[in-house]
Amino acid sequence: LAAYRTDEGQPWVLPVVKKVEQMIANNNSLNHEYLPILGLPEFRANASRIALGDDSPAIKENRIGSVQSLGGTGALRIGAEFLRRWYNGNNNTATPVYISAPSWENHNSVFVDAGFKDIRTYHYWDAAKRGLDLQGLLDDMEKAPEFSIFILHACAHNPTGTDPTPDQWKQIAAVMKRRFLFPFFDSAYQGFASGSLDKDAWAVRYFVSEGFELFCAQSFSKNFGLYNERVGNLTVVGKDADNVQRVLSQMEKIVRTTWSNPPSQGARIVATTLASPQLFAEWYDNVKTMADRVLLMRSELRSRLESLGTPGTWNHITEQIGMFSFTGLNPKQVEYMIKEKHIYLMASGRINMCGLTTKNLDYVAKSIHEAVTKIQ
Amino acid sequence: SSWWSHVEMGPPDPILGVTEAFKRDTNSKKMNLGVGAYRDDNGKPYVLNCVRKAEAMIASKKMDKEYLPIGGLADFTRASAELALGENSEAFKSGRYVTVQGISGTGSLRIGANFLQRFFKASRDVYLPKPSWGNHTPIFRDAGFQLQAYRYYDPKTCSLDFSGAVDDISKIPEKSIILLHACAHNPTGVDPRQEQWKELAAVVKKRNLLVYFDMAYQGFASGDINRDAWAVRYFIEQGINVLLSQSYAKNMGLYGERAGAFTVICSDAEEAKRVESQLKILIRPMYSNPPVNGARIASIILNTPDLRKEWLVEVKGMADRIISMRTQLVSNLKKEGSSHNWQHITDQIGMFCFTGLKPEQVERLIKEFSIYMTKDGRISVAGVTSGNVGYLAHAIHQVTK
Repeated sequence: LAAYRTDEGQPWVLPVVKKVEQMIANNNSLNHEYLPILGLPEFRANASRIALGDDSPAIKENRIGSVQSLGGTGALRIGAEFLRRWYNGNNNTATPVYISAPSWENHNSVFVDAGFKDIRTYHYWDAAKRGLDLQGLLDDMEKAPEFSIFILHACAHNPTGTDPTPDQWKQIAAVMKRRFLFPFFDSAYQGFASGSLDKDAWAVRYFVSEGFELFCAQSFSKNFGLYNERVGNLTVVGKDADNVQRVLSQMEKIVRTTWSNPPSQGARIVATTLASPQLFAEWYDNVKTMADRVLLMRSELRSRLESLGTPGTWNHITEQIGMFSFTGLNPKQVEYMIKEKHIYLMASGRINMCGLTTKNLDYVAKSIHEAVTKIQ
Repeated sequence: SSWWSHVEMGPPDPILGVTEAFKRDTNSKKMNLGVGAYRDDNGKPYVLNCVRKAEAMIASKKMDKEYLPIGGLADFTRASAELALGENSEAFKSGRYVTVQGISGTGSLRIGANFLQRFFKASRDVYLPKPSWGNHTPIFRDAGFQLQAYRYYDPKTCSLDFSGAVDDISKIPEKSIILLHACAHNPTGVDPRQEQWKELAAVVKKRNLLVYFDMAYQGFASGDINRDAWAVRYFIEQGINVLLSQSYAKNMGLYGERAGAFTVICSDAEEAKRVESQLKILIRPMYSNPPVNGARIASIILNTPDLRKEWLVEVKGMADRIISMRTQLVSNLKKEGSSHNWQHITDQIGMFCFTGLKPEQVERLIKEFSIYMTKDGRISVAGVTSGNVGYLAHAIHQVTK
């Protein structure tokens, strides 16, 4: 599983998290009582506010809902279970669910286990040009049956690191609106990708401003470094408060038979941080530290490859964003990297940028150079 | 128009309704007997000392926040299995079990239900005692099962309808799934005696039923962790390979931290490995991996001798206070001059008590005395204190005399 690493190759507990955990530990008025089924209210409200923006029209119009979940996975699962029961009819397991090719491998299992019978892929990664296959994506959306569900990565697409530009998102939204396609965003890297919460949430907010009803599964694993506390949130944006209220009441029933109520510790940490201007600023700074290090590793790797004259183009390394990068190495070259150079990539050529450090940059660049020049 | 126009409003939670009404009540003597969490003799939530100590140890260790394995914290799952099965258990020592961390009792039950749905094709029927915890039915239903019932509680005697239970269980179709409450039956507080458990085990074996134990109160029921796990251990000794769900919500007061475990007793260690691999495949698309905090606290307590000793004392303390409240309620009812037989209040065990009160009587308790409970006459003894037990007895006498 992928997690952030420092330049020393170590896990990093965010300083603001350490601080807030100490505050929680010192607070004798806190106990371990059950949270409400939908979660800690201060967490839910703040988490959705982070995704949608302080000035979100949907929040102002009181047409959003939130379900505290066990990580991003838990949020996806609750959303999927709800959609299978209530979307496009009652218990319509035949509604097509579209997942990008490629995507995080667990997306498929989430929707299969939620009961959907027709899981399809939509074109996304263009291996030849090492970028987004926008035309293929739009074509798939044009051809998709009306009311199909599309899983969209809000930013820092996993595993390719390739996101649509704002203009491309606008085109995607236009087709989805015209064809009545349901947007289900997976937002696991807000802040972590670019260092800016607003920038990383641009797509979600654009869809909201275009009047979509949508779901957004949020994870605080990476941007808060709270991996093992399982902090996530399912944000629901609806047409009006009444619809959202009914949706949430049914999601509550789903939660009750899945985990009854969510874990307290991680939600308390996030809620405390987001609710305090000072702690929020500290958090923002910590997030930027992580994002900046990854961005630095990207630019350093690219410049080394270009200096070495490694065959091919390497601008995709810096154009891609987030934890992962699709290097473009083929399976044979990947095998070389693993066997001969002891550098571990996925067979897809996906590299975890967090594994790069100032100490190993030269070695990794040279190894990629060797792999590309020696192996075709 | 909205995608959700046809979505119905979910039904209001009955127990929540009780709590909401309680909150609105301005009577200074009000009592909330719907609460499903332990309260101390001042009516306050109780954080165990051993929990505080474990938390301090965790804070001082400055651990990272890396993901747990899908099956959870190994020290926790191993200690959970040992707690339930007993350190001398053949099944435990031989390793012919798999235990995965679950999201408290509910999450553990659900993992098991999903596992059975996928791998136990012999039956789609789950048999619950009548009555059972309200959430059992929707959990198994959502996992794809039909719910059936076997007689359990006798409202005439407010105790176990043992002959009815044996009669019904003897007729359950072979290879059906039967759910049993290991101790402190929720909501009635009525548990079989050990002799009765022996008979139930024989019937269940004869009918070749798949047994699923729900153990949410080990230690919390009698005050003795071995005594409370007796039925589970006996069944396993009789060669019944049970499924088991454990919760640490009540016995360690870890409610909101969601610490629990799901265990499958297998034929051998090799089968256990195969089962484990399938459980992980089920868990990953639910929530990827479990939350660390509660499991770490529980693990430190169970695995640190001094803290474990302290925990055993504290859990006995909670159980003893509950037992003492039961005793005081009965003696106060006698003092009030009640001529009814209230023995079931002290015969029953655990957090909950089926008083035998009728809906009209419950209504009067709520309206006239501000004493809140569910319509079925169930009270949470945890909500009773030495300060209010007299008032409660007085009120019950008024509505039943």
